[in-house]
Amino acid sequence: MTEPLLRVRDLKTYFVAERGSGGGTARAVDGVSFELFPGETLGIVGESGCGKTVTSLSILRLVPEPPGHILPGSVIEFDGRNLLALAPADLRAVRGNQIAMVFQEPMTSLNPVFTVGDQIAEAAIIHQRLSRAVARARAIEMLTLVGIPDPAERVDDYPHQLSGGMRQRVMIAMALICHPKVLIADEPTTALDVTIQAQILELLDRLQAELGMAVLLITHDLGVVAGHANRVAVMYAGQVVETATTTELFDRPTHPYTEGLLAAVPRIDAPRSRLHAIPGQVPAATAWPTGCRFHPRCPYAWNKCVAEAPPLLDATAPGGTPHAARCWLVTEPHRRVAKR
Amino acid sequence: MAWLVRRIAASIAIVFAVVTITFFLIRLAHGKPFIPGGDQAVDPAVIAVLEEQYGADKPSHIQYIAFLRQLTRGNLGQSFALQRPVADALAEAIPNTLILTGAALLLDFLLGLGLGVYQALRVNRLPDVVLGNTTLFIYSFPTFWLGLILLLVFGEWLHWFPIGGKTDPVLCPAVDSFRCTLDLMHHLVLPALTLGVVGAAGTARFQRAAMLEVARQDFIRTARAKGAPERRVVLRHQLRNALLTFITRFGLAFPFLLTGAVLTETIFAWPGMGRIATEAILRRDYPVVTAVALVASAMVVAGNLVADLLLAAADPRLRSASADVT
Repeated sequence: MTEPLLRVRDLKTYFVAERGSGGGTARAVDGVSFELFPGETLGIVGESGCGKTVTSLSILRLVPEPPGHILPGSVIEFDGRNLLALAPADLRAVRGNQIAMVFQEPMTSLNPVFTVGDQIAEAAIIHQRLSRAVARARAIEMLTLVGIPDPAERVDDYPHQLSGGMRQRVMIAMALICHPKVLIADEPTTALDVTIQAQILELLDRLQAELGMAVLLITHDLGVVAGHANRVAVMYAGQVVETATTTELFDRPTHPYTEGLLAAVPRIDAPRSRLHAIPGQVPAATAWPTGCRFHPRCPYAWNKCVAEAPPLLDATAPGGTPHAARCWLVTEPHRRVAKR
Repeated sequence: MAWLVRRIAASIAIVFAVVTITFFLIRLAHGKPFIPGGDQAVDPAVIAVLEEQYGADKPSHIQYIAFLRQLTRGNLGQSFALQRPVADALAEAIPNTLILTGAALLLDFLLGLGLGVYQALRVNRLPDVVLGNTTLFIYSFPTFWLGLILLLVFGEWLHWFPIGGKTDPVLCPAVDSFRCTLDLMHHLVLPALTLGVVGAAGTARFQRAAMLEVARQDFIRTARAKGAPERRVVLRHQLRNALLTFITRFGLAFPFLLTGAVLTETIFAWPGMGRIATEAILRRDYPVVTAVALVASAMVVAGNLVADLLLAAADPRLRSASADVT
């Protein structure tokens, strides 16, 4: 098997509450590990508050410190180096150059006082020391690549002159100008209309094929994962609770949380019935439940789940693709009987 | 362009309104012109002659119409007290006021901007906390009190700076213009500090807040994600946006500066418009009061117009909004 491009090991990102504010430490990301292989798309799925965005920001150390804090012992290995141990200048050489990001909000993620051309060209000027004129020409090329009409004119537009979908295309052009090996897309389509969503995701697929980069696709939308990711990591309460290839995960969801998520997706091909919802809500990151963090919401939980936190257990089917779940049901499958 | 024309038309209307209000208000105030202070009695017949000579005996609205008629010919009238045309007196005083307010404005904004940006870079660390408390302390000084204290300490006790006037009346006419300019600078230090330092403290506080507000925006994170060095993030992405707040404050600073100039010029005997205004009010020198109101409101309105134009130039969102109107 090929070497992973990016290896996240035991990532812990905590937020320390300000003195006197009464809150405790929020363990937003609490021991996350995953690997990203060259050319693949890894989807990270979960509800709001499960730690997926903080995970993505931690990779390039973009979590504001304070209050954020990446714990020692966390490792983010890229190109044989631990990004968390790099000197600031070395880290900057990776940011936007080898690993780039597209953010959720194209409205606020672009600087309102600079032209989109300037903002796209910026990374090329910083990392490749291009002259302004050459960088501008590259920016126009990038605008063409992401499918913006009249790129030679749009290059001088300001962000407020573009629609949301166009702005997200600009964000993608900005991220890709240095041809990064890894693109982290944090909910790239959440703020967009459904039709635009599909266009942006197709664009990402096409660019991935053309440029050969690996994509870390962060989303709460299982539909997006199903159509665009090769593998999936499901996050819950600051941890990865299940990983598998996309088809394996959809065919054989093992963790009750994944099962709940899949049941909550309305299906056009199934008989009409009441939509399933997972009872309760994600607990606060300052006070995760004991044992398995999902047990208060789990229909199968028994006393072991309250007392003991399960590790990520191998749930690979005989002859199947790798599959793991953080659930005691992997060892005691006969207990998969709903109480409620 | 239509936007600019409308804006200028509105400015003229504002100045006109201020002048009209001042014209009637000063005539409603207690006291009359041509009466010297103290116990000196003046023959009422003399006053009657003077009033008739200057047209002050007629009803206010007749005087107002006469004033407007003169104004359309560019004539601001004759001062009751100075025995010379109002325009001449103002022409002498306005450059002095501009020197003082200009120096104060420079001090206010350069010092305020520098301190604000510096504090934002060191936020919640010791330099920020010390400066934050210092600027709050200074910001709460009344201008007239600060002027008197500076005058007492650096003029009267330490003799570092002259205690008043614009230049040394003996030295300056005798020496070359370069030494005369140095003398002017020397005289300018205390009044400019009095007028500028309180504003600088305010500007520093505004600028720090603006910088921190921008620092929380998503696009700052985008700039970091691109690999921009910290200096570039702060000086390009952050400061450029925080300047919008700064420019808005620039427009708001004019009324503050002109009010402060009235007090400062009086304290330091600076021969500017403010001092002329103070004396004119005390002596009920109606034409001078009205003319000062005209010039001062024109300055404030022009300052705001300049700030709006700068803001439109600095903020592309406003630029296209004003272009849409045309």
